Amino acid sequence: MERKRFLKMAGGGAAASFGAFVLAACGGSSGSSTATTAAAPASTTAMHSSASGDLAILNYALTLEYLETEFYDKVVAAKLFKGATGDLVKTFAQQEQEHVDAIKATITKLGGTPSAKPNGKFPVSDANRVAQLAYTVENLGAAAYLGQAARIKSKDVLAAALSIHSIEARHAASLATLVKKPITPDGAFAKPADMQTVLVAVKPFLA
Amino acid sequence: MSTDPQVSPELAGVQVHGITRETFILRGAIAAASVYGAAAVGPFVGNALAATGGGDVAILNYALTLEYLETAFYNVKGRSLKLSGTAKQYAQQFGAEEAQHVAALKATIKKLGGRPVKSPTFVFPATDQRSFLALASTLENLGVSAYNGAAPGIKNPAVLAAAGSIVQVEARHAAAINLLIGDSPTPDGGFDKTKTMSQVLAAAKPLIMT
Repeated sequence: MERKRFLKMAGGGAAASFGAFVLAACGGSSGSSTATTAAAPASTTAMHSSASGDLAILNYALTLEYLETEFYDKVVAAKLFKGATGDLVKTFAQQEQEHVDAIKATITKLGGTPSAKPNGKFPVSDANRVAQLAYTVENLGAAAYLGQAARIKSKDVLAAALSIHSIEARHAASLATLVKKPITPDGAFAKPADMQTVLVAVKPFLA
Repeated sequence: MSTDPQVSPELAGVQVHGITRETFILRGAIAAASVYGAAAVGPFVGNALAATGGGDVAILNYALTLEYLETAFYNVKGRSLKLSGTAKQYAQQFGAEEAQHVAALKATIKKLGGRPVKSPTFVFPATDQRSFLALASTLENLGVSAYNGAAPGIKNPAVLAAAGSIVQVEARHAAAINLLIGDSPTPDGGFDKTKTMSQVLAAAKPLIMT
């Protein structure tokens, strides 16, 4: 139900097929040249850059979501948290997986190729350190989505991104209460992080 | 023109380029009518349209109305009740943050050549800490759905960035309050749901006296 709603938000049938045409006309987002000699309509260049721009953003989001799922899966497997906290961590793990599934499906629907799942490495030793790391990761995720919001061209993709952005914020705030860190570390206005900043920040977690 | 230090960096970047105020308002009115339709225009948007002409300014005035509501709730209602512990701490902190949202939205509206709506008078049916927190949860989660619903309609990228920076904070508030009262911090599951302006204003209506 959730995934269907996300897909609905991120591009209806007509848009998806036009996007697929545009990408085929431009040689595809992966760079491989599937032969097409069809003359592209005048608007294609603009559409191509906006479609491929949104796809690049979606693949960036997918990479981050992959890392989050890998992290949470390790944490759940390590059985570091019990009771209500344990349930919360399991719920967050499931929700990040839903994000992965939905973003992959959206990319595919829009005619793009989902990024490969990266190999992550996360220190998963004691509960407190893990909770702190989760807090850091969720704050980063929220800042990453916020940093892309104004760059997204499609209103449907934007709506979908915003529906995830606020979930990452909820996760971060929940973990804040756990580790006794600020619920709003940036105060009244959350700060965005650009793609470069985020990718540098997650580098230590890429194997 | 405002050098209000409370204005966030994103809002400071908002500019209106190269058109007269009259053209801006006319375009805004046409945009608002096509986006919202006559039926969706409640009293507050009506005020906003009268004050400003529609478009991004109408959306900002809608957001401002909700921020007035949250500020009054935390800072007036919250102070009138005997709150204690984490509830008191949240009311103080979140109230201060909502007040910053009010200031920033007013400054942005003015910067765009619009007129900020005045704060309505509110009535909050909360009599103790428990009912206060229950209403806090309702209001914060309503705010998230309102901002997420309105944001895709924003034209100016700087205004959109600002709305995003505010909705993230509302979502943080919502999660913290929900956990405090023993509710899920993610009541909609993995994807936050949106509400339309008319849905939000209908939900807020019982709290508004004038």
